Amino acid sequence: MPNMSLKRNEMPTQPACERNKNFKEVALGYSAEQAIDEAQRCLHCKHKPCVSGCPVNIHIPDFIAKVAEGKFEEAYQIITESSSLPAVCGRVCPQETQCEQKCVRGLRGESVAIGRLERFVADYHNENIKTAAKAVQKNGHKVAIIGSGPSGLTCAGDLAKKGYDVTIFEALHLAGGVLVYGIPEFRLPKSIVQKEIDTLKEIGVKVETNMVIGKVISIDELLDEYHFEAIFIGSGAGLPRFMNIPGENLNGVYSANEFLTRVNLMKAYKDHNDTPIQHAKKVAVVGGGNVAMDAARSAKRLGAEEVYIIYRRSEAELPARHEEVEHAKEEGIIFKFLTNPIEILGDEHKFVRGIKCVEMELGEPDESGRRRPIEKKDSQFTIDVDSVIMAIGTSPNPLIKSTTKGLETQRWGGIIIDEATGATSREGVYAGGDAVTGAATVILAMGAGKTAAKAIDEYIQSKKK
Amino acid sequence: MYKILKKKILNPTVTLMEIDAPFVAKKAEPGQFIILRVDKDGERIPLTVADFDREKGIVTIIFQVVGATTEKLNHLNEGDSICDFVGPLGVPSHVEGLKKVAVVGGGVGCAIAYPIAKKLHQLGANVHSIVGFRNKDLVILEDEFKVASDAFFMMTDDGSYGKKGLVTDALRELLENGEQYDEVIAIGPLVMMKFVCKLTKEYNIKTIVSMNPIMIDGTGMCGCCRLTVGGKVKFACVDGPDFDGHEVDFDESIERAKMYQPFERKAHEEVCNLFKKEVH
Repeated sequence: MPNMSLKRNEMPTQPACERNKNFKEVALGYSAEQAIDEAQRCLHCKHKPCVSGCPVNIHIPDFIAKVAEGKFEEAYQIITESSSLPAVCGRVCPQETQCEQKCVRGLRGESVAIGRLERFVADYHNENIKTAAKAVQKNGHKVAIIGSGPSGLTCAGDLAKKGYDVTIFEALHLAGGVLVYGIPEFRLPKSIVQKEIDTLKEIGVKVETNMVIGKVISIDELLDEYHFEAIFIGSGAGLPRFMNIPGENLNGVYSANEFLTRVNLMKAYKDHNDTPIQHAKKVAVVGGGNVAMDAARSAKRLGAEEVYIIYRRSEAELPARHEEVEHAKEEGIIFKFLTNPIEILGDEHKFVRGIKCVEMELGEPDESGRRRPIEKKDSQFTIDVDSVIMAIGTSPNPLIKSTTKGLETQRWGGIIIDEATGATSREGVYAGGDAVTGAATVILAMGAGKTAAKAIDEYIQSKKK
Repeated sequence: MYKILKKKILNPTVTLMEIDAPFVAKKAEPGQFIILRVDKDGERIPLTVADFDREKGIVTIIFQVVGATTEKLNHLNEGDSICDFVGPLGVPSHVEGLKKVAVVGGGVGCAIAYPIAKKLHQLGANVHSIVGFRNKDLVILEDEFKVASDAFFMMTDDGSYGKKGLVTDALRELLENGEQYDEVIAIGPLVMMKFVCKLTKEYNIKTIVSMNPIMIDGTGMCGCCRLTVGGKVKFACVDGPDFDGHEVDFDESIERAKMYQPFERKAHEEVCNLFKKEVH
């Protein structure tokens, strides 16, 4: 008999007043009993709408059935047929707009907590199961992956499982891309990312760090001199935008990328760490996406008394995940909606002392379908802050584009691909993730990595004949 | 891991190291830099490539002990390894086509100026080198510079070696005597570069400076190293580090360099105390 409760099992979390002072994970995860109970809410519908809502089409009702029976490892095996990073995706996917949005139980009551169950299964496996990786028969073909973010890791995993000799080239000193430098520890513990990368290494994937492709080695050299037969570019969208308002170069103004890289990758939040970070008392974060929430919540944990999110549209338009916005509010982040900065003010030593803003109102919808914010007349006001973090988006880094002849890109820098295969304008070169789409989600990047892996396999196999 | 093949003390605070880094050596050009991390909890710091040997796969770095990380690096010896060493980064210096150049180096900046003088010399340019140090004990790379220069001028603040005065004094004298340069290349402390630019502006001589802002990744993903050039925001790690000195907002860069001063001072003291304890 299914569990017909309209409500999903609550996720145990650290209390807001405690967690906003530490970097430990906020959501603590289901117990086995909670997971089994939640799994019993799945109705196992014949048409499985949830599966179509998942960008990598995990066999959701099948794995949930195994959870309901308490066969957690079998559930894990079902998930990993489709996904390489379940412990990551169970935590950071916006399930409310993907699998869970399509869940039939969501029509009346709350949808099945698919993400939480995926996370439970992956964590159970990582903590309890120590099986040697299945040996794969090598097929003798070499593929290079540029970037070790979600798209690159997924593409590498899928190709390695098919027997390819895969090498990932990463520019930073640690693999993981946004999973290690962007998403904070309190949302995604770095030990979990490391575990997923170690699993890839066990199946033979090589990871070369400190390799800035375009500088150290070019795409053409990888093909011609190092004899890689195909390349997947998953270099992401890591180039930060600024607003180009006065005062943006004052001390205490960070791009969210810089702030989060210092906090997450360089662990500047730890005492006695070599990498410094400003411990500001009052912080303004400009933007309304997940990156803005991460930056604001991190600033709070570094000891800020007041942290403002400054967003030029209203709450309804916030692009961040609903859950992250709720968590931010519980932790005491102050939201300033319909507000736009026009200048950052500094003291005589060129340190930030305030941010000058105007109030906005919403006009007609623009081409993106969202209502365009318009400045209200005579509405200037100043908020006293000693740090400003710009989280208004990123675009693809031009390094690979500018050093690879014949690689076609959009005017804004995104690599142009055939969507069905990920093939670029260069033969044997594929691309996916944020390098193609601009900043998007982890799971979409994974989906792109999967598509390209399949296409690369077909490309190399067809060349053989 | 990247092995330290050679360590040479150039003066009480400046050290030369040769690092085994074949991928970097293969591509490095004068004007480019590397980012290194000494150990696994270390920070990333940028250092300019002082020399390279493509065949042996060696990259030479020269650094001044100014804080915690350079202190730690300086405590390593031949045969030790550092954790991370990535590069070459940034745009190489443009030296082709120049016929007569004044290369101006200040302090440890001479380590960056030297490979550029050497390259210009190899390309057949007439190179006048002006180097400046606080005092005689701090002089580095004198012989190397002499080999790479058609004329060489040594300045010390206190007159303990060469001529007493600043590099700008020597440069002004040359310009007043009617020397004509296609370009002046100035590398050293921000204040020095600022005043070289002020001087060459009077004579309308194009002046290239090598900027040294705070960096983290060095690949263009964070904008920590941003500066204003000709009214536009540039990232030194990908657009530079070389810029037209007459366009650079030096005052802004000087303020930005002070961002973490208190932290750095404290970190340096902590590391020094740590090393002292180890000795006992």
